[in-house]
Amino acid sequence: MSLAFDLSRTPSFFRDETFRGDFTFENSPESIRRFPFPFDRDQYMYAVNIEQHMPGPPKSATAFPIDIDEHYVAEMADRAKVLAEDPLRCQSLPHMITAEWDLLELLMTSMARDYPQWFSLHRDGDRWHWVNRPLGIDQRFTFGDAATLPYGPMEYVTRQCQGDFCLLDQRDDNLWLDAGIVTSQADWSLDFDLGMNFIEWHGPVPRAHDMGIFERALKFLLNLQIGRPIRRLNWTMTINPRLDTSPENYHRWGIDRTTVTPENVGDKVHLRVELQALWRLPRSNAIVFSIRCYLIKMRELVTVPKWGRRFHRVLRDLPADLADYKGLTNYRATTLEWLAPYDDGAPTSPGFFPD
Amino acid sequence: MSATRYTVRVTEAEAVTPHVRRLRLEPADGAALPPASAGAHTVVTLEANGRTLRNSYSLTAPSLAGGAYEIAVLRSPTSRGGSRFVHERLREGDTLSVSAPVNLFPLHRLARHHVLVAGGIGITPIAAMAEELSRLGASYELHYAVRSEAAGAFCRDLEARHASRMRLYSSERQERLRVREIVPHQPLGSHLYVCGPQRMIDAVFADARAAGWPEANLHAERFEAPAGGDPFAVRLARSGKSTTVGEHESLLEAIERIGVEAPYLCRGGACGECICDVIEADGELDHRDHFLSPEERRAGDKIMICMSRLKGRELVLDL
Repeated sequence: MSLAFDLSRTPSFFRDETFRGDFTFENSPESIRRFPFPFDRDQYMYAVNIEQHMPGPPKSATAFPIDIDEHYVAEMADRAKVLAEDPLRCQSLPHMITAEWDLLELLMTSMARDYPQWFSLHRDGDRWHWVNRPLGIDQRFTFGDAATLPYGPMEYVTRQCQGDFCLLDQRDDNLWLDAGIVTSQADWSLDFDLGMNFIEWHGPVPRAHDMGIFERALKFLLNLQIGRPIRRLNWTMTINPRLDTSPENYHRWGIDRTTVTPENVGDKVHLRVELQALWRLPRSNAIVFSIRCYLIKMRELVTVPKWGRRFHRVLRDLPADLADYKGLTNYRATTLEWLAPYDDGAPTSPGFFPD
Repeated sequence: MSATRYTVRVTEAEAVTPHVRRLRLEPADGAALPPASAGAHTVVTLEANGRTLRNSYSLTAPSLAGGAYEIAVLRSPTSRGGSRFVHERLREGDTLSVSAPVNLFPLHRLARHHVLVAGGIGITPIAAMAEELSRLGASYELHYAVRSEAAGAFCRDLEARHASRMRLYSSERQERLRVREIVPHQPLGSHLYVCGPQRMIDAVFADARAAGWPEANLHAERFEAPAGGDPFAVRLARSGKSTTVGEHESLLEAIERIGVEAPYLCRGGACGECICDVIEADGELDHRDHFLSPEERRAGDKIMICMSRLKGRELVLDL
């Protein structure tokens, strides 16, 4: 298998851009319109905001179960760099191998079905043939035999799929984070959380424990059914379009939070949205938790007037402890000043979508 | 929310004993069946004598490649119509509707050793678990108690597959399964799984507890068919519909009969999915599930509609 990210060979749909160094990432106008804006009203508070992961409107981020967008090739190149520097971003405990194959099947079948122009999968019993045109990969392998792939099944398929993925084993009426690949995370560490249960890995989240949110969410997830995936949106903010904001690399990006000035807010400050989805996996009875990161610059966000108004209000009224937890405190005031001119006080329509 | 459903054709129907019929189910409409893990069950919809019955049956083998499911149905002397229909009416070539598999009795993947115990038709999920453990090369032992070798489903097949890992106990031959002699000699980190009649589950757990086993290492498939009872009225406050729950039907079945979709998974009082808020109860709630705690039962404001009933006149639910 060749994993050469030769962008000159990829269709022009995919952007040639970076999420580090010179940070050339940006969204096309089409990409802005399909951004999964996470606020359906002018304020934010925790909720178990779970819905069925059903197809959303055509071209939206939820049109298909697995969303492949214009950032695909560049994101996969960034993931390869992260893994080359730190292999512990991808780990799997030995009892998760069946779940790994379940995940490979879910991702390959979804991608090939929904994006036939880029991916194809031919199955003849357990002899599979996978073609990934954007990344120039043509792979024949035996389903269930890890020796026929260049990486373990989870690592193999997630090096070719946008989003972080965690595999949760279900036992003792709890979910255990026993495998995952995590390279585009909002300041949490797979290496630290590996082996923890659902209540443990949510330990640092303020308020939500007292609200009983995790007990309710866990009870719901333990009965998650095959063929009935669910999703929710989560959000934070990131300075510079950096996918890999990990604790392991905090020394590289933490300082960025002090570099925001009134002049650079529009380019530097990003709303970071996670489209989180959960599927029951059939062979292993495990659950896959996918965390797909979307970034949008403030100057891109305000091109949708409703979003500019609303985000100004959400950020202004966010309780201090939540702002601290999300790491926004340093640059919140500067960002609010920049956003204020885009909020004329007019009412906003209900729902997430642009007017 | 109920599970995704698939239309399947009965491609094999075989009497494996005089009272147990094995069915092989394959997709009828080209839509592939999802793979199933060991211990999973499917909810089969049976149109029997003008009534719609939905019964849960364990899949008797893991179906890791998808393709086909197998179930084994015991002809029950107290049948509400489901098992009689499967035994007397269902033919090869008939179609049925089955749910996506649900696993409420999964293998514990970190167990150092697995002790599997089955009584009678309780062999169905246990056989699938033994098969999966054998495939994985895991450490396990299988104890199977039957009335006689002729009455026990799959005895020969299982002995051939599991050989020295399996012990068969036939009451006809005066062989007794003595769990209290099995449980003390297992390595730390062993897990025990039992499926069979309720009194067998209780006895096995009692022996394991007496031998000092931690609760978290004991697993049972508890679901059973809803037993009938005196009829009572039910009113659904949100949908504004009412009906009478018949002597031989469950509250959930009555609700489905009048076209209201209520959530469920196991239909056996185990999983908690069908929990429902009680708005009013003119009578006494007759809790028959394994889910609500004693405190929740006493509070009287929740009911598991797949199993439990009202002893009284009318129940008003938030549905």
